[in-house]
Amino acid sequence: MKRILATTATLALSAGMAHAQELRFMCYQDGTECQAWEAQFETFHAENPGITVIVDEVPYAAIIESLPIQLEVGEGPDLARVTDYGGLARYMLDVRPHVSDADAIEARYGQSLAWARVGDNAPDGIYNIVDQLTATGGFANKTFFEQAGVDMPEPGASWADWAEASRAVRDAVGVDFAMAIDRTGHRFAAPAMSFGAALFDDNGDPILVDDGFRAFAEQFVAWHEDGTMARDVWAGAGGGTYQDAAGEFINANLVMYYSGSWQIGRFGRDIGDMFDWVATGAICGPEACTGMPGGAGIVGFSHTQHPEAVGAVMEFIARDDVQAAVLAQTRNIPANAMLQEAGIAYEDVSEDVAAALTAFAASIPSFSDTAYALQGYANNRAIYTSIPARITQAIVGELSLDEALERLDQDIADALAEAQ
Amino acid sequence: MFSWLLGRRGRNGFDLTDWLAFGFLGLGVVLMLGPVLWLVLSSFKTEAALQEFPPRLMPLAPVMVEVSGHAEPLPLYAITDGPEAGRELAQIRRIGLNAQMVDPARPDEVLNIHINDREAIRSVAVATENYTTVFTRFNFLLYFWNSTFITVVATILTVLFNSMAAFALAKYRFTGRTAVFVLIIATLMIPPTITLVPLFLVVSQMGLVNSHWGVIWPAIATPTGVFLLRQYMLTIPDDLLDAARMDHASEWRVYWKIVLPLSAPALAVLVIFSVMWRWNEFLWPLIVLNRSEVFTLQLALNAFQGELQTSWSNLLAMTVLTLLPITVVFAFLQKYITQGIAQSGVK
Amino acid sequence: MVQIRAAGVALYEGAFNLLERPMLALQRVLGQHRLAWVFLLPNLLIFGLFTFVPIILNFAFATTSGDRIIIGDRPYVGAANFASLLDCESYLNPNTCRRDLFWRAVHNTGWFVVLQVGFMVLFSLITALILNRDIVLRGFFRAVFFYPVLLSPVVVALIWKWILQRNGVLNAGLDWAGFGTVNWLLEANWAFFWIVFVSIWANMGFYVLILLAGLQSIPGDVYEAAEMDGTPRWRQLLRITLPLLMPTMLVVLVLSLIRAVQAFDEIYVLTGGGPGSATTLLIQYIYDVGFATRPRVYGLAAAASLMMAGVLFVLTMAQLAATRKRGEDG
Repeated sequence: MKRILATTATLALSAGMAHAQELRFMCYQDGTECQAWEAQFETFHAENPGITVIVDEVPYAAIIESLPIQLEVGEGPDLARVTDYGGLARYMLDVRPHVSDADAIEARYGQSLAWARVGDNAPDGIYNIVDQLTATGGFANKTFFEQAGVDMPEPGASWADWAEASRAVRDAVGVDFAMAIDRTGHRFAAPAMSFGAALFDDNGDPILVDDGFRAFAEQFVAWHEDGTMARDVWAGAGGGTYQDAAGEFINANLVMYYSGSWQIGRFGRDIGDMFDWVATGAICGPEACTGMPGGAGIVGFSHTQHPEAVGAVMEFIARDDVQAAVLAQTRNIPANAMLQEAGIAYEDVSEDVAAALTAFAASIPSFSDTAYALQGYANNRAIYTSIPARITQAIVGELSLDEALERLDQDIADALAEAQ
Repeated sequence: MFSWLLGRRGRNGFDLTDWLAFGFLGLGVVLMLGPVLWLVLSSFKTEAALQEFPPRLMPLAPVMVEVSGHAEPLPLYAITDGPEAGRELAQIRRIGLNAQMVDPARPDEVLNIHINDREAIRSVAVATENYTTVFTRFNFLLYFWNSTFITVVATILTVLFNSMAAFALAKYRFTGRTAVFVLIIATLMIPPTITLVPLFLVVSQMGLVNSHWGVIWPAIATPTGVFLLRQYMLTIPDDLLDAARMDHASEWRVYWKIVLPLSAPALAVLVIFSVMWRWNEFLWPLIVLNRSEVFTLQLALNAFQGELQTSWSNLLAMTVLTLLPITVVFAFLQKYITQGIAQSGVK
Repeated sequence: MVQIRAAGVALYEGAFNLLERPMLALQRVLGQHRLAWVFLLPNLLIFGLFTFVPIILNFAFATTSGDRIIIGDRPYVGAANFASLLDCESYLNPNTCRRDLFWRAVHNTGWFVVLQVGFMVLFSLITALILNRDIVLRGFFRAVFFYPVLLSPVVVALIWKWILQRNGVLNAGLDWAGFGTVNWLLEANWAFFWIVFVSIWANMGFYVLILLAGLQSIPGDVYEAAEMDGTPRWRQLLRITLPLLMPTMLVVLVLSLIRAVQAFDEIYVLTGGGPGSATTLLIQYIYDVGFATRPRVYGLAAAASLMMAGVLFVLTMAQLAATRKRGEDG
């Protein structure tokens, strides 16, 4: 009944084709990813005449809120572009039996394939192809440093160096903010690990608050008290709400901004020629110099009627030439190891953008194992939303830092109790 | 002291009460309409201009000039300080803190200007591409049709079913009346956010996922509509209904020919609400509809919101477009909120 | 225009004729009074299926735990979710509660409801009374006050962020006029003031329209009689308009109370519940634990929603009972 109702329009189109297999691909985008894939699927259709992939472009809210509900009752698309690998892992399709060269995919995407190999999923399964690898990292307003006559810290400089230099620049050029970090536990985790947070015990169970974590939390709250950090970003929201500071950076009101590689395209477009900006490269704490990896990827779902077709699409998506074409257009960093080595010929980008893309791609190999463990941890979203909720309470004075950290541990424990 | 709330024009000319009323309305226009007008102006701004603060009222873009010897047009700057102050120069490129600039009238002479000594010259420029993108990127007409279909069908059914229920609750005495009324009001208490998941279980069991009826059916039995209409119908005098019954009018005739016309103001309000609710509905269609051929305008509009970035320029343009149809509906229907019993001569 | 009107009338007559015969037959079989159930039936059927069944399922969620949504996959925990929400040393101090954020949200929501409902009903009433006068450009003014209701929460929040942010329009204006600037959304008390203000701004038109319709039900000759007796206008307002408007006022009071307790969208996008938890309201808490995070804690969210519904039910019944006592039909 529902299939008849829903697909009348598309049936009319494909009625002439015998045994046509129609796949639905639920896609969200930050830039132009869905259009890029839609264009590539033209090639796919030419190579695989029996299969049609239809791209349904949806808001990110659909991926986060409705997709899990649909999958739970056996509805939903055949493929989707997602970020929450751990939460959706149980619905994913292992395409290893349906691809011709599984080893090639393993060799190229091994590191990010691990993100979906959680829970009951097969330890060698192929579930996800990442098409937008992201890395957290800093951006600095180079023109401000020149105006202030302050030397910019080199790659490998410490958080303390950056705080000091940013404050000096802020005071010299007279802007509002020295530093800002996006309001999410995902961004917070990178400096916390650099300060020595272990995050997991030897069994791989999360232990969030340890000495290293506490050390950075103290430093972070202190930076808010002395005005180093832009108060508007963390104190300006509540709960687990995400908030960035890209607007402040673009408007030349912020010296150093810790965010991630996905901002590069936007900065290139919106900053234009107003000032020079650079990626800072790795920033170090007392214990490490890591950032956080992440990224969106394409997965197939096990309820599909056409697993072989889904396998064919996934293999197509993983192909070097296809990935290179899409990434060149969307200006993302490759997750594909071959392409990481070979580099991507980005289309039509400025010097600042090209330099930043290169700098971020170069920082990825130095990320710590803990960072990858956190990204691959099935319940990492509980950590990402609890950190801003509790740390902000300490910043605005609703709780003392000790109380906030205690509540934070409790929140994580409560969340894990619900996960079965 | 309250007289300015009640005065009627044409009695005593333009008196103090009118001044107070218009003062209130003037303030209302600034507070209520000001932000909306700004929204419309902003929908013509580029993405970069939207990020700018302090925010500007008008959409502005840099003035570009053709300079011989340069293939691309160059941005024009006013020089505010230094030896060249007062001139208008075009910028060739910026290197660090200095800009290489050139006078469009004398293209051979390159000047070095400190970046703090220059200010971009900008003029009003309308970013119509915000709007054209909306049409090229989506099947706008299909989504428009989907939204219209859902809105029209749901509104007709809402008004029909709600007014029938309201009529029964307002004009009949039967056992269970209070219980039914309280039950209907009670369903308002559970926040819609929380019933989305169980409701999806029901709708998916009925096979209505990815069907417009999956959006229409759950929406039409609005407690608000029943409550609003029932309270309005209470004010219709029972004598009027009884008089008609004496003339052997059927109950259906009493409802359709007497109660409905007399409820016109409340019905007009419910139609406006229903159109607005269905047209703007987002969260429920997001969950029920996930194939592009059944998408509504609101889903397409929100597709401009990604995980990490939102394309505000397109989102605002599309917002303005989706507001146009309901504006027309409102303008047409608000006239009916004047003809009730007061004008019909019935007591 | 004339043709459209004629077509509308024809359609209206056609629908009447189409349904008259079956309804007449039903009336003969059932009698006049039981026909009420026929009028109720379509609404109640849809209600039962799409409103009552989900609410009953909601009870099932509230008494189970886990992050699955198929009821059969969820272990039964009895009243544990309710108990954990109610686990407090003192309900006045959220810091002593097991679920401190829930109780912060309860406190915030209480204040929000009192302020928002009170001011909004007052302003809506004044606006409706003025817009009911026979003034020039009446349609335009009605549209002006209604328009914000049409905007989506995301857009409402965006507009007010432009106005209220540190470098926003309001601060630019204050600066220009020589006053000091305030970081409106970073100071807990100001942020709370602004969520009340913005939610009144965004929702007032809804109640103005309902009140306008209600004002039409007051017969004009009542005023004429009062005028001839020389009753002053302010007494007409207190003695005629307000009492006769009571059935509609009840709609406004009940709906605005319920909607204030359930306020969420535009506030969530404007302040995110911050600074800290200063503007976190109940539905945001429910959304945060049940939807925004993983694993989703549906059970807790459902339990919180049922507790909220229980309180709302008592308050609404009190409103209905209070107006009934005053002699208005209820």
